[in-house]
Amino acid sequence: MDKQKITFTLNHEKREEYIDPRASLSEVLRGEFSLTSVKHGCNVGECGACTVLIDGETFNSCIYLAIWADGKDVLTLEGLSDVNGNISDIQQAFIDEGAIQCGFCTPGFIMSSLPIIESPRTFTRDEIRKQISGNFCRCTGYETIVNAIEKTANSRHKAK
Amino acid sequence: MVVGKPVERVDAFDKVTGRAKYTADMFPENALIAKVLHSTIANGMVISFDLNDALKVPGVVKILTCFDVPDIQYPTPGHPWSTEKKHQDIADRKLLNTHVRFYGDDIAVVIAETELAAKRALDLIQVKYEEQKAVFTVADAMAPGAPLIHDEKPGNVIVHSNYEFGSFDSAITEQGLIKVEGTYHTQQVQHCHIENASSFAYMEGDRITVVSSTQIPHIVRRICTQALGCSFGSIRIIKPYIGGGFGNKQDALTEPLNAWLTTQVGGRCVGLFYTREETFVCTRTRHAMDFDITTYVRPDGSFAARRIVAYSNQGAYASHAHALVANAVNAFRMMYPVGAIKGDAYTVYTNIQTAGAMRAYGIPQIGFALEAHIDDIAARLKADRIALRQKNMMQLGYVDPGTTITCHSTGLQQCIDKGRKFIHWDEKAKQYEHQTGSVRHGIGMAIFCYKTGVYPISLETSACRMVLNQDGTVQLQMGATEIGQGADTVFSQMCADTVGIPLESVHVISTQDTDITPYDTGAYASRQTYVCGMAVKKTGLSLKRKILEFAAFMLHKDVSDLDLKDSWIVHTVSNEKLIALSDVAMEACYSLTNSHHIAAEETHHCSDNTYSFGACFADIDVDIPLCKIHVNNIINVHDSGTIINPLLATGQVHGGMSMGLGYGLLEQMLYDPKTGRTLDDNMLDYKLMTASDTPELNVQFVEPSDPTGPFGNKALGEPPVIPVAPAIRNALLNATGVAVDSIPLSPEHLFFEFKKAGLIK
Amino acid sequence: MYDFEKIYQPKTIEQALKLKAEHPEALILAGGSDILIKTRSGKLAGSTVISIYGLDELRGVCIEDDGTILIRPLTSFSHITANPIIAKYIPVLGEAVDQVGGPQIRNIGTIGGNICNGVTSADSASTLKAYDAVLEIASVDGIRILPYAEFNLGPGKVDLHPNEILTGIRIPKDSYENTYGQYIKYSQRNAMDIATLGCSVNVRLSADCKTVERLRIAFGVAAPTPIRALSAEKAATGAQVNESLMETVASNAILDVNPRTSWRASKEFRMQLISELSRRATRAAVEKAGGKF
Repeated sequence: MDKQKITFTLNHEKREEYIDPRASLSEVLRGEFSLTSVKHGCNVGECGACTVLIDGETFNSCIYLAIWADGKDVLTLEGLSDVNGNISDIQQAFIDEGAIQCGFCTPGFIMSSLPIIESPRTFTRDEIRKQISGNFCRCTGYETIVNAIEKTANSRHKAK
Repeated sequence: MVVGKPVERVDAFDKVTGRAKYTADMFPENALIAKVLHSTIANGMVISFDLNDALKVPGVVKILTCFDVPDIQYPTPGHPWSTEKKHQDIADRKLLNTHVRFYGDDIAVVIAETELAAKRALDLIQVKYEEQKAVFTVADAMAPGAPLIHDEKPGNVIVHSNYEFGSFDSAITEQGLIKVEGTYHTQQVQHCHIENASSFAYMEGDRITVVSSTQIPHIVRRICTQALGCSFGSIRIIKPYIGGGFGNKQDALTEPLNAWLTTQVGGRCVGLFYTREETFVCTRTRHAMDFDITTYVRPDGSFAARRIVAYSNQGAYASHAHALVANAVNAFRMMYPVGAIKGDAYTVYTNIQTAGAMRAYGIPQIGFALEAHIDDIAARLKADRIALRQKNMMQLGYVDPGTTITCHSTGLQQCIDKGRKFIHWDEKAKQYEHQTGSVRHGIGMAIFCYKTGVYPISLETSACRMVLNQDGTVQLQMGATEIGQGADTVFSQMCADTVGIPLESVHVISTQDTDITPYDTGAYASRQTYVCGMAVKKTGLSLKRKILEFAAFMLHKDVSDLDLKDSWIVHTVSNEKLIALSDVAMEACYSLTNSHHIAAEETHHCSDNTYSFGACFADIDVDIPLCKIHVNNIINVHDSGTIINPLLATGQVHGGMSMGLGYGLLEQMLYDPKTGRTLDDNMLDYKLMTASDTPELNVQFVEPSDPTGPFGNKALGEPPVIPVAPAIRNALLNATGVAVDSIPLSPEHLFFEFKKAGLIK
Repeated sequence: MYDFEKIYQPKTIEQALKLKAEHPEALILAGGSDILIKTRSGKLAGSTVISIYGLDELRGVCIEDDGTILIRPLTSFSHITANPIIAKYIPVLGEAVDQVGGPQIRNIGTIGGNICNGVTSADSASTLKAYDAVLEIASVDGIRILPYAEFNLGPGKVDLHPNEILTGIRIPKDSYENTYGQYIKYSQRNAMDIATLGCSVNVRLSADCKTVERLRIAFGVAAPTPIRALSAEKAATGAQVNESLMETVASNAILDVNPRTSWRASKEFRMQLISELSRRATRAAVEKAGGKF
């Protein structure tokens, strides 16, 4: 199929790319941009490993057509580190709380946690659990993931 | 010292930044893609294919079928190979199979330039089968006249084993015994690692390289040589980071076929990435098992005689076969080793998905049955559930008569004490007496024992290599694998302490590459900190000795006066810092008179084993009209000996508890009883628990140092899954008086149980 | 890569309707959480699709002059939940669609897609049925207005002609005014699950909160399509607010339903749920309306 141009913001930078209109956003992010934090665990929007932010909302990029990203602002895990490679507070919290095991679901969880930690309101642990319920983890039982998100959200609120 | 400290994972940074590379992340651009055609019947023969339309799809490179593969049957399980023929694994499958044995069997492969072309071609392949009757349950497969699934095993029973210790028949003649019988069923479930089965393969020269998401690279290499009929030296397996395994990747999955496929396209790189659906159906599962248990108990609660008959549904291919149910009936004996004990175990082929290794290898199955049975005995005797266990459970010094595995240390009693206190057992037990109403509360508990590694049933061997860098840091190479459990981190901690350097001076090489990596059988049986940890210790001591010898040469001192502490060569008595390790390392490398590349490699051939223990305590609500269980509070308390890294160990327990909750409450693989097709082959229909379904998980440890562990440690990775399902089941019994003898305790299952019990009209 | 034969990307509703008229066999791709999955599994592979995801004119919620609430079909579940009009007037709809899948699915999934694929388990369906939603369906020939009650023709089948696209969902003022609702989704998991049963109840009580003026109750998965339980509604009308109300609703509701046995759940278990959820949803809705038991 003929390629089609899309213009979008990817990890804070304007990008133009010619893509196959049949491609999923996850395929384009992994294939054209080598953003391999975007993982494929099911390809049907069930596991959450490919979660990215589009205009500030979480999406499973495997069931999001890349052409739909035209004009949008897309953020992947790679976009959370600064230019010097310094990681963000939520990434550090995942390390500190032991919220990582095999690591395959980790990028998706961190992306799903962003709307929580960036929210002006406080989430209860049950609300945090609901907000990450579209991401599966088989290693951690979610306990330390919830801890990491809660801790980061609390410290951001205190800082305000 | 860093052993015992909650240090952060050595791979944490790479994993929170997306830098950690998994198999698919390394797949070269423009490589070929293979897609497997799976059978749409459960039992029968492939008669022919019509490939004409499929071959016309643009981009299709080649289609290979079950009529093209080498005529070699090979085994798949990740066991250490046995050089004794009778102990060898069952070789019962080919790369693609003409005799189809389950709905989803591999019968042909399309290799194409794109995934889309491969998928289109798959849809166009026409297959002619000669279908035979299929059997899905053990009972049907063992019935007279059942279809033969493998010619080599008439009657479909792969193995029937038995044991008897003491005389069961004479023990039951004792006066005054109370006989308690139960039949328990556990279901087939799946590992659900988030990274699917994945590999790619290519050739360099006449050698085949397979990059794979595996727990067992060295074993996969051996299996590939067997499947292809080629030599060890011609296969190279590379294992990058893997997105979970839980035992599924302790089996050769896509690798042998993938290795062969590259040879069929002139060595071009071919990727074989299973979909989630294929991972559910075409890899491995946890065995469904049925147990008939009889206990003859004295009125005082002591066991006089115990009997178990176990049936394990193997599915279509042998994989790990009988090893699991054998493990289960052994644990039945070990947990309560009193009185006469008699056991029988059957492993039976059927036409469902193949079962294999899964976290705790048969023990969650027996754990459910046995601990449910113990509560059933307590109910019958009106005895205290905990006291009944304490009266009969394994004690320090126990030597199992079947395996000789010895109880070198036990903290089981403390595990029970801690759990009991945490859950407020005694208060709750009173509070929850005589309940009525539609929502009821209950408490339940269960205990377990678990051996560490596979000795003496199989070989336990592990090698480690350490290379001293010019700056005094150390490259640490293990054949043992990091699969998410934190192996690389704990090996680094062990290395640092043994050599005498800080943790930051240890560079663990996470990737295994069978061309380079020392031999090890891999991640399974909760063996690595125990068996491979000893290899690290031996190698570390060896490296340290070599460093000290070179330092002695440099300092003109006697080596016995020198020690290595915190990267300094120090005097053993005065602790005076004599020379920095980095200076020794630099000189050793570049010395014009005595250049010496300091490295060490040692094998640990382990010939011991030890038991770890633990208990789960749960407090639940049961909403009877809605048929739902809500977990209010739950704790696992573990004796895994000395904990090497509390942060990571706690994470292991969380994960196991979560898996145990899913096993007890929701998860089950379902198939169409007419066709054998898997119904819930995706994460929407298969009920893996989400964060919203998971209660807060509590973890405590007791840490008796085990004299046989390299650092006082013993098994931890698998055990946390074991006691959870029976603890919930026993809490349900406590809450409602309904003894449910099969899992999962899913809503519909509870509905029929509550109806039978008259709780629902 | 999704196996589309062709993909059209109209920029306006007019273009979309024209394309649909020219390609009546084409599938309308809204959020894609149903069609993309079926395309990948092979069930819909090789289809021609018209992607309307980019048509922002089909997004949003507003109140029309007569008080009717208009929901445009591409509004995502999460935007419905967050919408102040929904939160104020029909909070139960926001609560119902907040139980679809997980957060990512609620961000991509659309209410129009949810009802157009015609499955009985759609989480928005029972609430929309219980509020007498009216559909606006467009084609190049014009606009057709159809009560949602008449839309479902069978499992996965809806009354949408090959040249038509759903363009609006309306809830009349009389349906929602002074009513209080409760939706209960029963599923095995608390997220990422299909309803084993869904029950949506809304009530309007008398001024003294002692009598039921009107009660509406609809179910998902209690029949091959989402349905209203009209006998239960009739029996509840005029009933006193007391403990026997729940029995009245539940015992009549089971007369209106026809759940199927599937591998996901048996008819017998679903009947138990219909009875129990009817009670619980009725109680909760009445309590929200100010009724006391």
